[in-house]
Amino acid sequence: MTSLANKIQDVFNEPGCDKNQGKSEKERKKGCTKQLAPGAAAGGCAFDGAKIALQPITDVAHLVHGPIACEGNSWDNRGAKSSSSRLYRTGFTTDMNENDVIFGGEKRLYKSIKEILDKYDPPAVFVYQTCVPAMTGDDIGAVCKAASAKFGKPIIPVISPGFVGPKNLGNKLAGEAILDHVIGTVEPQYTTPYDINIIGEYNLAGELWQVKPLLDELGIRILSCISGDAKYHEVASSHRAKAAMMVCSKAMINVARKMEERYGIPFFEGSFYGIGDMSDSLREIARLLIERGAPAELMERTEAVIAREEARAWARIAPFKERLTGKRVLLITGGVKSWSVVAALQEAGLEIAGTSVKKSTKEDKEKIKELMGQDAHMIDDMTPREMYKMLKEARADIMLSGGRSQFIALKAKMPWLDINQERHHAYAGYEGMVELVEEIDKALYNPVWAQVRLPAPWEETSWEERATKALEAEAAALVADPERAEEARRAKKVCSCHNVNVGAIEDALRADGLGSVEAIGGATHAGTGCGGCQGKIAEILDAMSSAGAIPASKAA
Amino acid sequence: MALVKHSKKSCAVNPLKMSQPIGGALAFMGVSNCMPVLHGSQGCTSFGLVLFVRHFREAIPLQTTAMNEVATILGGLDNIEQSILNIVKRANPEVIGICSTGVTETKGDDVDGYLKSMRQRRPELADLGIVYVSTPDFKDAFQDGFGKTVTKIIEEFVPRYEESPQRAPARVNVLAGCHLTPGDIDELRDIIECFGLEPTFLPDLSGSLDGHIPEDFTPTTLGGVTKADIARMGTAGWTLAIGEQMRDAAVALEARAGVPFALFDRLTGLGVNDDFVAFLSKISGRPVPLKIRRLRGQLVDSMLDGHFHFGGKRIAIGAEPDLLWSVGSFLAEMGAEIIGAVTTTKSPLLAKFPAEEVLIGDLEDLEQRAEGSDLIITHSHGRQASERLGVPLFRLGLPTFDRLGAAQEVSVGYRGTRNLIFAIGNIFIARTHEPDAETWRQDFQDHAHAGAAAQSNQLVQIETIV
Repeated sequence: MTSLANKIQDVFNEPGCDKNQGKSEKERKKGCTKQLAPGAAAGGCAFDGAKIALQPITDVAHLVHGPIACEGNSWDNRGAKSSSSRLYRTGFTTDMNENDVIFGGEKRLYKSIKEILDKYDPPAVFVYQTCVPAMTGDDIGAVCKAASAKFGKPIIPVISPGFVGPKNLGNKLAGEAILDHVIGTVEPQYTTPYDINIIGEYNLAGELWQVKPLLDELGIRILSCISGDAKYHEVASSHRAKAAMMVCSKAMINVARKMEERYGIPFFEGSFYGIGDMSDSLREIARLLIERGAPAELMERTEAVIAREEARAWARIAPFKERLTGKRVLLITGGVKSWSVVAALQEAGLEIAGTSVKKSTKEDKEKIKELMGQDAHMIDDMTPREMYKMLKEARADIMLSGGRSQFIALKAKMPWLDINQERHHAYAGYEGMVELVEEIDKALYNPVWAQVRLPAPWEETSWEERATKALEAEAAALVADPERAEEARRAKKVCSCHNVNVGAIEDALRADGLGSVEAIGGATHAGTGCGGCQGKIAEILDAMSSAGAIPASKAA
Repeated sequence: MALVKHSKKSCAVNPLKMSQPIGGALAFMGVSNCMPVLHGSQGCTSFGLVLFVRHFREAIPLQTTAMNEVATILGGLDNIEQSILNIVKRANPEVIGICSTGVTETKGDDVDGYLKSMRQRRPELADLGIVYVSTPDFKDAFQDGFGKTVTKIIEEFVPRYEESPQRAPARVNVLAGCHLTPGDIDELRDIIECFGLEPTFLPDLSGSLDGHIPEDFTPTTLGGVTKADIARMGTAGWTLAIGEQMRDAAVALEARAGVPFALFDRLTGLGVNDDFVAFLSKISGRPVPLKIRRLRGQLVDSMLDGHFHFGGKRIAIGAEPDLLWSVGSFLAEMGAEIIGAVTTTKSPLLAKFPAEEVLIGDLEDLEQRAEGSDLIITHSHGRQASERLGVPLFRLGLPTFDRLGAAQEVSVGYRGTRNLIFAIGNIFIARTHEPDAETWRQDFQDHAHAGAAAQSNQLVQIETIV
């Protein structure tokens, strides 16, 4: 476990992340993930994150060492597509039983690896650690090493048990696993000045294939995509790329940064979502390749392709733009991609009614602010009830979200579009943008909404009307009773990590005349967990000091 | 009679089985105003949540105690208390149902003991029903977790009677196993109510996961059997246990309140439904209503119409024991041959199953046995095997994530059995091959009958006419 602890510390110390570098040594050790509140948490675990990140490697066997829950409840539920091998969709698990918990599961793991090699002969086996064997102390690293020596095939340990943290951390730990054991272990057959890596793209719904034809046309070779539609030897020889693009925000920043450090592969952070972002990404790829020695004419060809594709995409979107302008979108996403989706939606003329940035980093949030202007209505940790209320108040015409929150929208009889991992449509590149706009249009203008909103003939008032009345009554009660309204305002939570509300911060400000976000943190613990709410605390501080509520002598 | 075998493999490939705690969570979802919680790391809940959302296409209430590294090692009892407090604050449910997982069972938290002490410390939670079930992931399967949870709900909420209480003869308890869909439960309710009986279903997924539009948003379950209904189960006239998995729960209810029970291990098929209907007629003292007599006639007719297509068909089934028993036994009664039967966990029914062998294994085992079969029956994860073998797949059980209406599939009662004949029979009919001129031609590799010219096996090139 000590090596895992070190690994996590290493991941938390990310020089490629500006936010991380802005932290003190102590803060950094705590990591960049929120402490989860028991009974009020949602989202996957670190194992889930590691599996998501690596499972798109198509020709290897992904073996989950743990009890049945980890694989049995979840296998083959992702939409990462493959152009050849289907082995990645086969579920392999040691299905640990009671005896393995008591006597150790190492033997079962070793035998499992042997069985897989005998039956399926993959180029490599990825072995995923889970909570239970991590607790009982199965030495996965040693088993993988022994099996690798015995069978002469790479057996890769992925040490990311669920309890160490959320999905995002698992993405990074998966990155560490391939950095340590895969990347740089095989030499490519040949290289070209046009070789790139795409890092953090999982080819969900085949999105990579919406982009690849353009790269092919430009003569740019994807030496390895990490990990969408990748083969083992591609990832293993990816260290010979000339440049890299990091997709999907921070999920695999450690891979991009360490490959730059170790192999001198420069990278940029880009997105394939939205027309502008797609063009920028193509330009960046060309620029980096030229910097690394590709002929300068690549840029001219790139610009020509961009000009042609942009014109084509705009021409295809134009008929929709008129119908979509002014329509309001509520965007609830798993976070990592939210800023890129925002850009895409605005290009289609849609307004953002709100967005959840639950899993996004602070930088993502800044990007959203930048894109949406100052009046961005950001909804941090919106509860389902609030989401429902917001939809019902028709402040949004359509909701875009992941599979799990869709039913809130649908039950409110509100158009909804799936944009998360389980979705079936691909939205990348110029093609994808057109598809997204088409899908939004299809959802918004489907005649079914008029049908389902009809009240039943025997109902004098529909339940929606009753619910709206109840909401109105609630609001009226607050207006009529200033004390309760004040109570409600003060009860609004600011810091989720330490459960601190507006009232507690204001009281602390008033009583002690604290003058800084840090001092408030010292007194109430607010903002000392993940740090995500420090912006809000600063706002309260500003509001109170400008209202003169803080003793002047102490307000800095 | 089947030989019950356990897979000898170390590595399960393409799991058929799902874990115990989410089976338990599903049982809690049939209790009204309830919040199920998995005591484990957040991934345990997240995987279960996604699975149920994709199957039922509904918002699913399921929370986690969010065990982190430190809590995992030092024990997660504080997390239990915090979860309960947080859930009460945010959702204010009537019942919180907690299932343990592999993580917390490996550590060995004494949750029952802790809950007792917490109850003393927090009198404000007196009205909140809390049920804790031990369901380690590394033991048993989904169906077992479901069964244990129903038993535990009864033990928590049904009062213990020293003497047999006054009974309401019209009220019957129905313990509904996890092989029943919300649609099945609705069907059973219709049948039972035809006899003037008032059924209380535990759990009642038809109230919560049948896909209705709720009056207002609720973060807990949207319906189901209430805690008060469950408490009254001790005074019902009879308990009907549907599925062998419900035996322990029925026994527990009998032990607490003396309610006699009748167990129906399956309700798919003609004879078993005759028994069921006859039993209802007996306990209600009413003749079998015309509606049900007509349904029986329709089933008999559809069996006659359908048997042409089922006779001799070779079918491979992968399902949990009670579902395997229900559907597999009926298919055998229709003349089909079960050439492969794979299941997830032990059950006394397996040895009686009409196949040569029942294997406790995975979908790789099923795929091997399904080669050359006419039909594969299992949940949606059978789709890859079906594709590879070119054998059609009939989706049955949880999860069914790539078809609409899994919650409303009905395969119990006369009507449900009839539906099943049509659904499966139509797959066979669609696969009927039209014969052509070559269908019956055979190459006997026996050239003795051929003439000398053919035997010399030389190609004769006909000269072109100029």
